[in-house]
Amino acid sequence: MFSLEMSKEQKMIKDEVAKLVKGIVTENAAEMEEKREIPAETVQKAWALGASVSMVPEKLGGFGMDDSPVTTAIILEELAFGDLSFAILATLPSLVISPLLTMGTEAQKNKYLPIICAEKFNPSTLALNEPHFGFEPVNMKTVAEKKNGGYHLNGLKCFVPMAAQASHVLVAATLEGKPELFLVARDNPGMIIGEREENTGLRSIPTYEITFKGCEIPLTDRLGEAAGCDFEMFLQKTRIGMSAIGTGVSRASFEFAMNYAKDRKQFGEPIVYRQSVAFIIAEMAYEVDAMRLMTWKAASRLEAGKDAKRAAYLAKLYTGEQTMRVVDYGVQLLGGHGYTKEYPVERFYRNGRGIGIIEGLTTV
Amino acid sequence: MISLELTEDLEKSRENMHNLARDLFRPIARKYDIEEHTYPKELDILRPPKPKKPAPEAEKKPVEVKPDKKDKKPSALRFDNLIGVLSIEELCWGDLGLMLTFPGMGLGNAAIAAVGTAEQKAKFGSRWAAMAITEPEAGSDSASVQTTAVLDGDEWVLNGEKIFVTSADRSEIVVVWANIEPSAGKAGIKSFIVEKGTPGFKLEHLEHKLGIRASDTGTFVLKDCRVPKENLLGSPEVKKKQSFAGVMQTFDNTRPTVAAMALGVARAALEFTKEKIEESGLQLDYTHTSYNMSSLEKEFYRMESQLEAMRLLIWQAASMADAGIRNSLQASMCKAKAGKAGTEIVQKCCEILGPLGYTYQNLAEKWMRDVKITDIFEGTGQIQHLIVARQLMKLSSKELR
Repeated sequence: MFSLEMSKEQKMIKDEVAKLVKGIVTENAAEMEEKREIPAETVQKAWALGASVSMVPEKLGGFGMDDSPVTTAIILEELAFGDLSFAILATLPSLVISPLLTMGTEAQKNKYLPIICAEKFNPSTLALNEPHFGFEPVNMKTVAEKKNGGYHLNGLKCFVPMAAQASHVLVAATLEGKPELFLVARDNPGMIIGEREENTGLRSIPTYEITFKGCEIPLTDRLGEAAGCDFEMFLQKTRIGMSAIGTGVSRASFEFAMNYAKDRKQFGEPIVYRQSVAFIIAEMAYEVDAMRLMTWKAASRLEAGKDAKRAAYLAKLYTGEQTMRVVDYGVQLLGGHGYTKEYPVERFYRNGRGIGIIEGLTTV
Repeated sequence: MISLELTEDLEKSRENMHNLARDLFRPIARKYDIEEHTYPKELDILRPPKPKKPAPEAEKKPVEVKPDKKDKKPSALRFDNLIGVLSIEELCWGDLGLMLTFPGMGLGNAAIAAVGTAEQKAKFGSRWAAMAITEPEAGSDSASVQTTAVLDGDEWVLNGEKIFVTSADRSEIVVVWANIEPSAGKAGIKSFIVEKGTPGFKLEHLEHKLGIRASDTGTFVLKDCRVPKENLLGSPEVKKKQSFAGVMQTFDNTRPTVAAMALGVARAALEFTKEKIEESGLQLDYTHTSYNMSSLEKEFYRMESQLEAMRLLIWQAASMADAGIRNSLQASMCKAKAGKAGTEIVQKCCEILGPLGYTYQNLAEKWMRDVKITDIFEGTGQIQHLIVARQLMKLSSKELR
């Protein structure tokens, strides 16, 4: 199959998300960041679209639809076009739902999915990143050990969105040299949630550092139980998710800066009449398209049941780099005004930096 | 539904082109880089068969293309432009210069196929046709061509100079752009089929070039060159508005193919570089984050992602054309990106290859010379950026100069 035309269904959901974002997110993003909170009803409206639970079986709280990584990528781009923090929060439970669905045992699915897929938004989250130099997902310092008929977790995690509010945290840790995933309930006494973090971007959702200190986990809460998880597949999906939100943030900066440059007059004419400005806008335009296509390419591979390791890796690498380039251009085109909070491009700049650095804030 | 997975048919046609590029082009790539202006006789097997004598009336029935189902075009039709760019990528992976001198596949042939009358197609369609647009004073500004054509009885009289004509020597006919009403400006520009050997039509000289040396590029002088009235391609009517815009629109289809040339050459260089990196013992496994690897690995992944971005922008433009959607913006976007990124990739590969990127012992240095043309011909990278910006913001060429 080769087609770059959205299906009716894809077009419909894209429009629906775009409408929602335009109505309650775009205009409020600055205020949400100021207050450092996204109103619960805003999140609930996005959650009610049901995108995160669409492929969960009906009896477990979902719609039993086919899994479509491409459609998810389309939705993520639209959400992030509105606001990065919002996109991450509105789809946060997917970070647990998606691995559970593809790698969980029947017992794990039956136990956790109905709780997470409730009609009312119930945050669950992922603890993957670690606050040390040289961190990467395949080489984590958080360690799980088999002990007393269960597992003991020790280590430090960061950038865990909603850790203090989530009912469950999916924790990535190294077990016998291999990365595995563990489900940890928030009230587990071995999981110590720190203060809310202060970061350059993602300031509308609370993120936390988590310390694991001899955190005891039953054998049944290792994802996939004895068989373990397909961590590589998990990474592919989160990389594609990150690429999709990078595309959304970039597009937001591109469109805002382009419209500004069309209106902004200097020397008696719009600044876009100058090639030095126009060429930057042209570059932003094709880089946004390129990011989207790289994301869709990797998602298409998954959708076709093929290995997407290379495609997902390249998509994340590319969007990480190009997002930073595009959001930088966004500030540059607005000049001094771009440097102030009066305009959103400075927020896009701070949020955009995260795409290349942070892993696993979202998934397809 | 969106999917960027190629169908089996597409993969198959790509593989066929790849084999041709590998078996026919690669082995002689260096030879004709050194022997500039020598015709690569090995390419004769690619020549289209000469048309047979007219068949008796009974057998002359037009062949109807019947779709399998009503709503389903045969895949060859559905993916015309996509097959085109896939093929070009493969052939240019073999050799860009040789691809450009593919017998019988000149730009002029495309023009005749696009706008020629039935008679013109029958008479000239099977002959190798070059295209002469550029002049010493009309490069990117192709609207300002100075060559004139004046109707004198049953003949057009052409005067002017044409430069940078691809396949100048090897072609049999040349499609020449000339103005029939200079006072009307670009609306007066028409194209004419000029046969080699016509008095007053002289191949002045062939260029010595930085790259694509297997392709002969030349200058023609037209001095009171008389061609039959019926050799004017398309309509002789001078329409103030649409005529030239129509001419420029044909480039919407050719820009992705030029972008695909950059892609093919850059891929060749990248594959060769990967081979050398892996021979040195480094494994490229698409696993580690960029701050946990050597700069060599990082450069490689970065180039590979750039290559993929080029490819997908090209596929986007081509598949829009296949779907019948206007793609001027996307065609220029992919050309802008591919010319720039393709050139940078090959330059960087040569840097990484070190001495291996400077010697005639392999093709890397040649690819670096060859690829540079893709950011120049069919509109320079700068012109492409201009077009993209104008299209995006609906600005005229007077507003955004």
